Formats: sequence, C-alpha cells, structure tokens
Amino acid sequence: MNLELSRVFAETSYLAAAILFVLGLKGLSHPESARRGMFQAEIGMLLAVVGTLLYFEIVTWTWILIGVGVGSTIGTLMAVFMPMTAMPQRIALSHAFGALAAVLVGIYKYIEYPAADLGRLRITALGFEVMFGALTVTGSLMAFGKLQELIKGAPMTFRGQNYFNIGLFCATIGLYLYFIYDPTAQWAFYTFMGLGFAVGVLLVMPIGGADMPVVISLLNSYAGLAAAATGLAIDNKVLIIAGSLDGTSGFFLSILMSRAMNRSFANVLFGAVGAAPPAGAKVVETRTATRYTPEDMKFVLENAQSVIIVPGYGMAVAQAQHVLHEIANHLIDLDIKVRYAIHPVAGRMPGHMNVLLAEANVPYDLLFERDAINDDFSQTDVVVVVGANDVVNPAARHKKSSPLYGMPILDVDKAHTVIFLKRSMGAGFAGEENELFYDKKTMMVLGDAKKTLTEVAGMLKKRTGLVH
Amino acid sequence: MTSPLIIAAAAEHAHRLVPLTSGEIFPLLFILVLAGFLGYEVIGRVSPTLHTPLMAATNAISGISLVGSLVAAGGPYSQTSHILGMVAVTAASINVVGGFLITDRMLRMFKRKDRRAKP
Repeated sequence: MNLELSRVFAETSYLAAAILFVLGLKGLSHPESARRGMFQAEIGMLLAVVGTLLYFEIVTWTWILIGVGVGSTIGTLMAVFMPMTAMPQRIALSHAFGALAAVLVGIYKYIEYPAADLGRLRITALGFEVMFGALTVTGSLMAFGKLQELIKGAPMTFRGQNYFNIGLFCATIGLYLYFIYDPTAQWAFYTFMGLGFAVGVLLVMPIGGADMPVVISLLNSYAGLAAAATGLAIDNKVLIIAGSLDGTSGFFLSILMSRAMNRSFANVLFGAVGAAPPAGAKVVETRTATRYTPEDMKFVLENAQSVIIVPGYGMAVAQAQHVLHEIANHLIDLDIKVRYAIHPVAGRMPGHMNVLLAEANVPYDLLFERDAINDDFSQTDVVVVVGANDVVNPAARHKKSSPLYGMPILDVDKAHTVIFLKRSMGAGFAGEENELFYDKKTMMVLGDAKKTLTEVAGMLKKRTGLVH
Repeated sequence: MTSPLIIAAAAEHAHRLVPLTSGEIFPLLFILVLAGFLGYEVIGRVSPTLHTPLMAATNAISGISLVGSLVAAGGPYSQTSHILGMVAVTAASINVVGGFLITDRMLRMFKRKDRRAKP
C-alpha cells in the first residue's frame, strides 16, 4: 500500500479507536448499555491493531503470531475458567501483565535506538515508563500472591521499614534523574529498573488484605500511567489516550476507596494497619454476647416486614452468595421487602460484592450504595450481616482512639434487630472490637456462613414450599 | 513530489527516529492531560455496581500497548528485541483478549429484577 495512504489509514484507525474507547467506558454508566459499550471498545482495539500492522514495516511474523497465539489462549482460558470469586486476583495479575508489556517496550526502544536519536524528552518518558512499569509488575504480583494466599495476607513489617523504603525510592528517583541527564548511562537505566522491581515488592508487602481495594486501584492507575508514558516514548497517540483513561480510572477508584475508609493514600501505603496487635487486646471481656441458632434466625426473618442484607468479604470466602439469594427469594415470596446494602470497601476490590451477587442472579436494582440506603436502617426490622465487621462497627462514629474512627459506616445498629453471621467473635481486620456484638438487639449466629444459611434456606423452603 | 509529510512518514516507516522537539512533545502532553480530564468525567459517571467490570475493561483497553509490542516483535530489529516484543505481545494479548472476555462475562450476569412477578 502507498505509504502516505497507509499512514492516513493508521492515524484514522487510532482516532476511531480513541473515540470508541471513550464511548465504551461511557456505556458502563448503566448495566443496560454496558455490553454494547464494550463491543464498541473491542472494535476500536481491532481497528488500532490492523492500522498498526498495515503501517509499520513488519519483517517477521513469527514472533507476533507466537505472542498473539499464546497470549490469546491464556487470556481466553483465564476468562472462561477463572471463578468469579478469584476476580480480585485476576485483576491484580492483569495489572502486572499490562505493566510488563510497558517495561519490555521501553527496554526494546532503549536498546534499538541511540540515545541521541531518542532525544531527552523521549528518554524522560521512556525512563518513567520503565520505572513505574517495574514497580507495578512486582507490586501487582505481590497483591496477586496475597489475594491468592500464596504469601501471607497479613501485613509484613520490619523495623525501620518506612525509612528503608523511602531511601530506596529516593535512590530509584535519583538514578532516573541521572539517566535523564546522561541517557547513555546503561548501568543507570538497568539499575533503576531493578530498584523499581524491588520497590514494588516492598511497597505492597506491608499492606494487609482489607486495604487491597485501595492498593488494587492504585496499581491500576500506575499501570495506566506506564502505558501513557509508553505512548509518549513511541509517539503513539491512542496509547497515550488509553493509558491516560486507565490511569485516571484507577486514580478515581483509589480516591473513592480511601474516602470510604476515611484514610489517606499515605496512611494506606505506610500505615500498615492490622500489623501490631491492638493495644490492650487481651482485656478480659466481661460482656456476654448471645448466641442464636439457625432456627431462631429463620423465625426472626419470616416475621419481619423489611430486611436488609449486608455482605462482606466473609460472604466471598464462604461462597455464600447463592444460598443467600435463595433465602432472599423465599422472603420476597413471603411479601417481605428485601434489599442489599453495599459498602464501597466491602471485599477486596471496588465492586467485588456486586459482581458476586450478580453471579448469584441477584438483580442489580436490589443493591444499594451506602448513601442511598443508610437512612433506611432505622425503619428496618432485620439486618443480616454476612461476613462483614469493620464496615458496620459503630466505634467508627464515636470512639476517637479507634483506627476506624471517622470511617463512614453502614448504620446497621439503628435497625430493630441485627443478625451477625460470623465464624467467630473476633475483631475485624482493623483489630477493633465490635461493641454491637454485645448489644441486646444483636443475634450472633456463629459458624460457617454457608452452612448456617443453607439450614435457614431449608427451613424457609418447607414454609413457602417453593423451589428457587 | 516529496512533501515534508511524506519524508517524515518515510523516516518513521523505516523505523528511524528524530529527537522530539518541544514543539512536538507539547501536543502529546495536551492529549495526555485532556484525556485524563475526560476520563475522570466519564469514569465518575460509571455505575458503582460496575466498578469491577470497569477495572477489567480499562485494563483491556490499556492493553492497546499491544500496538507498540507488535512493532517490537516484528519490526526490523535484533533478535533480542523480537523476543522482548514477543513476551510483550503475549502479556498485552492476555489483557486485551482475556480482559474483554471477562468483562463481558461479568456484564452478562448483571440482570434487572423481572422474573419475580407475583402469580
């Protein structure tokens, strides 16, 4: 094809891709339009790839075909067979892949072109891409390891950790700046890349499970920034746009998540919450909580007029979403109003609970955000808390010394009766005792949530006689 | 007739590079910053119930770094670059293909309340 024509075609395909990507994300504003939006984004991707292959001179197809073949196969297998409960791990892993691609493109660019041809501006972008990419690769792999429970989920800390990390981070930045000053210094390039890998490990190591929503969102943002820097380094506008969209999306979610916990980024990254045993942990508990059986729970539920279900990470662990939905259906058959209240940081990533409940066929119009439902708890008969603790702990409202203080919680304590399904009386991730366990209005049903709920569902089924 | 555009295009086609001038980097920075603002506006309107599919989707979209990887894997470069490129193509394709598929798998699950019409 004529060179200029192919250039026009490539640039047009990039422009179209950019438009289709934005339209695709716009489609996600509502579940109805979401799938159509994603289809548009897929078309955009296809156009951009075809435009690239037609425009750039390709001398060998071997490596391209191997890469696309292997990558598509792995991607498809992961998409088809990965259980929905493994979604946080999968998202973390994909940040690592995205960042890895950015790092490798950076290295290739650096070894193929003399520094003088790249020019200082491109060198700046390229160094940034490699440094941030490296950090994101190992950071995301650490997050993946923690979520998959390959490595200890609890925060890992050592003395002087923050000083060590800050020192390492400064060294990385210093070398990066030196590399901009002297782009021919290969040792600087490869050293700060190596340090970037180390920083990623150390950054995520001290962060515990419940802070994962913030960390995953931040890594999402970094992966996007690395992609945008790649776009600057190889003069590709659609890559700049897509990376920038990805980066801001991650940034937006991180802000949302840390606001929902009333914590700053710095606090999440360097605070290591849940690391130290809470002060005075071994105070002898004088109050007594009342334990109830699944029969009691069934009785209370069927005599209620309105029920709100509050799911947490424990529901995901117990895989209790399906049987929970079965119970909700029985209650709806008994003309009881059932809704779900979702706290933004429930689970391990933004929207985690929504996806699990959607998998269990819970219609999305039964799910309510904190702000939309919080005033309704006072007029609700029964609240069922399944495997959540910190997000409903009233200490966040009044106990100034608590690590939870100031976090916007779901006001379940205002309901008439609160049923807690928990494995144990233990404190939540933040290490804060939940005083609500000892309240008169609270029913503690201890044990495996799935087992308890299955029993309750069985009893309700006898009552309604319906199968769900 | 050889216009400057064609010369520039030819240079790029031959995978040669000329250093960016500040006059060239600034339009790119404008794109970066404006796309960021646009993204913030668009993402702010995404339904919170779809935040997990959103992460999967933006991941798939930023897998567009595939275009850079393809050139590295197939362009007139050294074996090292081809192999680096191949690994990058693999990683980016996992994100693109897997990302879009899993986003769709999730989105298919989101249903509105309909079936529970009372008899």
